[in-house]
Amino acid sequence: MTDETQQRIISEWQERLHTARERRQPVRIRGGGSKSHLPWCGIPDDALVIDTRALRGVERYEPTELVVTVRGGTPLAEVEALLAERNQWLPFAPPRFHAGTTIGGVVASGLSGPTRLGHGTVRDAVLGVRLLDGRGRVLRFGGEVMKNVAGYDVSRLLVGSWGTLGVLLSVSLKVAPVPPASATRRFAMTAVEASRQLNRWAGQPLPLSAALWADGTLWVQLRGARAAVEEAGVQLGGEAVADDEADALWQRVRDHHEALWTVSDGMVLWRLAVPPTAPITEVGARFWFEGTGGIRWVVAPPDWDGFAYAAQLGGWAWRWQGAPAPRWMNARPETVAAIEARVRDVFDPDRLFGDGPFGEG
Amino acid sequence: MEAVVDRARAWAQTERHFEVDAEQLRACLLAVLPADRVLCAPEELAPYECDGLSVFRAQPLAVVLPQSEDEVVAVLKVCHEMGVPVVPRGAGTGLSGGAMPHPQGVVLSLARLNRILAIDPVARTARVQPGVRNLTISEAVAPYGLYYAPDPSSQIACTIGGNVAENSGGVHCLKYGLTVHNVLAVRGFTASGEPVAFGSVAPDAPGYDLLALTIGSEGMLAVVTEITVRLLPKPVVAKCLLAAFDSVRAAGEAVAAVIAAGIIPAGLEMMDRGATVAVEDFIHAGYPTDAEALLLCEADGTEAEVAEEIARMKAVLEAHGATEIRVSRDEAERLRFWAGRKAAFPAAGRISADYYCMDGTIPRRAIGAMLEAIREMESRYGLRCLNVFHAGDGNLHPLILFDANVPGEWERAEAFGAEILERSVALGGTITGEHGVGVEKINQMCVQFTPEEREAFFQIKAAFDPDGVLNPGKAIPTLHRCAEYGKMRVSGGALPFPDLPRF
Repeated sequence: MTDETQQRIISEWQERLHTARERRQPVRIRGGGSKSHLPWCGIPDDALVIDTRALRGVERYEPTELVVTVRGGTPLAEVEALLAERNQWLPFAPPRFHAGTTIGGVVASGLSGPTRLGHGTVRDAVLGVRLLDGRGRVLRFGGEVMKNVAGYDVSRLLVGSWGTLGVLLSVSLKVAPVPPASATRRFAMTAVEASRQLNRWAGQPLPLSAALWADGTLWVQLRGARAAVEEAGVQLGGEAVADDEADALWQRVRDHHEALWTVSDGMVLWRLAVPPTAPITEVGARFWFEGTGGIRWVVAPPDWDGFAYAAQLGGWAWRWQGAPAPRWMNARPETVAAIEARVRDVFDPDRLFGDGPFGEG
Repeated sequence: MEAVVDRARAWAQTERHFEVDAEQLRACLLAVLPADRVLCAPEELAPYECDGLSVFRAQPLAVVLPQSEDEVVAVLKVCHEMGVPVVPRGAGTGLSGGAMPHPQGVVLSLARLNRILAIDPVARTARVQPGVRNLTISEAVAPYGLYYAPDPSSQIACTIGGNVAENSGGVHCLKYGLTVHNVLAVRGFTASGEPVAFGSVAPDAPGYDLLALTIGSEGMLAVVTEITVRLLPKPVVAKCLLAAFDSVRAAGEAVAAVIAAGIIPAGLEMMDRGATVAVEDFIHAGYPTDAEALLLCEADGTEAEVAEEIARMKAVLEAHGATEIRVSRDEAERLRFWAGRKAAFPAAGRISADYYCMDGTIPRRAIGAMLEAIREMESRYGLRCLNVFHAGDGNLHPLILFDANVPGEWERAEAFGAEILERSVALGGTITGEHGVGVEKINQMCVQFTPEEREAFFQIKAAFDPDGVLNPGKAIPTLHRCAEYGKMRVSGGALPFPDLPRF
């Protein structure tokens, strides 16, 4: 894609924002639409749509700098394939609910896969962004280097902002070498035992990469230097899982294709984010968790209040699937909410981009 | 040092002036704080005139030393009502003048809020007050086999509150991240004294990531009074490999090759010959002083893991022209290898009356080009420069040697530094990797950011602090300042009158 083409597309989008402002019409940013099933990702009928896929392609990939700079509309699959050629990866392994997932959507949603336990999140990996904000400004924050404290960290502010502040024209992400070895172990444990054991292991120098507890089984993936993975496997015990079986499981967990995430009609799927050591109770009709117990999934009838339950554990919740609004997460104190509203004014004073998941439902 | 004093005065003149009745301010502070928490006499204020960048000095109207959150709030409310600037301060080890007092303001020292409030070894977190020293956290959690990863070179003295304000790094960032990767949550107060809390000990937090904005904000968005940090399990063992090269370019290429081989060293440092010779004279670390460049490469983990990684690093470095490689045989030798690198700043202080430490970051591939450019600048400015790098993440710390008592040398050193920073931007990097902008690099912000980007920064500042009283005038330059600076810059970076103060 030439600079002229890129500039033409950005100018078009700026015009669309201008029109929307004049007509007081909403604008929605969409990429591959892979998160359109989430309750807060709907597009109103009267919205002007900015389809980010018009701006795609890898701008720069330098394996020895551990950085890739990608236009927002680039399919995640394309980026991952490119990195794999050099034996590198996006270690936060973001979910691909379907094949269309774009890099812009990955950053805007701020969602990370099960490997966040050992390798960090998309927030950890973001180094810089180029943004088209609601005022029509093209702004660049951060950059392509790991250490950069010039100006406020707007790049990370945009992680998990769900398209409410602007269009991610391009993002720079820190990449990592694929660890040389991996192994998965399986244990028969209750949820309480599993979380306790995981938190104990996480306090030791072990190459933990991902963990899942479901249906009385704990699955732990190790990744790292060959020697470290071998040693840790022996130390952890349990039962070794064959590589292909393990890989398939972790892919399904990453993309929520595992049967766990299939919810029958009339039920609600909740994602709770709570302190990992908060007491574990198998609430709802079905319950499972990722990591050491910080991300808990609950399938429950519509009358179960996941918001109140998460708040009681010191965390918060998303109504992920099933039943309509409210999707509202948890109330922040008034002073924080007021700052958030003013931060929104910085980038989208006319509220063109809507509330995302942050509205009152 | 008159020229130096002028610098801070000139900075203040370019910034907004606050009308403050000093006597009334002191009376109001004494009304809400016990007398031993309020310093007003010139001799009491003197130690607070500057931070680690001592060439920028200003005397505040008062220094307050609150011992509780309530006292912090009381100070903020007094200052907010009177429209008085507040400059938060930790240990004062910062290197960019971020904690330089405001001449019409109050310095809010958080040094006495120095308690570790809670350690949770199971959740691997510690909740601490901002005045707790960085190293103290690691010492306190060592019995649990845990530590706090970011380790700025000032870690014996610097506070965690200051680390949050600056998003401090250290020598292990490539593998373990910066402050922003290791702080889970903060609580504190806005400029008007309203309580705020950002972040969470849960895996993520609802709403916008205001924690990320706060970390590295140089005390301009909120006053942080409590910090929850993530703790990591201490590696069983660490080993350090020392490699010598006959050119800095070869060393730079070897660094890239280590990364390309899929190795993320726990630490990866580089020193040029000038730096090596200076520290060897001082510390006797056993460095080969005939090498043009030295690399220190550290691996940590379990015994087997470290052995595997050291072997891989060694093979790569040998293949990329290392003229000598030594692997630390024991912990004492590892510490000796590091002692030299960690003594680079005092070693510079030993061979020169003064030195000026810079802090740009560049892509690793540009390290060779940058060192060659610095060499050319040395002859043009007539000053020597020692080079130490966090090579793993491309963060440079050139140490420009000068003598403040020789007329014109400080100005030349400053222009030299500014040119290094502007070259960093041109090479695809940034003007500050970990020391912050403060007052020092405020002009270079005009080079790195467009007027619209700087406008957005001011708007963010106003979203947190609408009255603009928290550490005003730091980090983000006004349009006016950038216009003035633009007039002074000429193409090629050299100033028309390098011997003149630049304001």
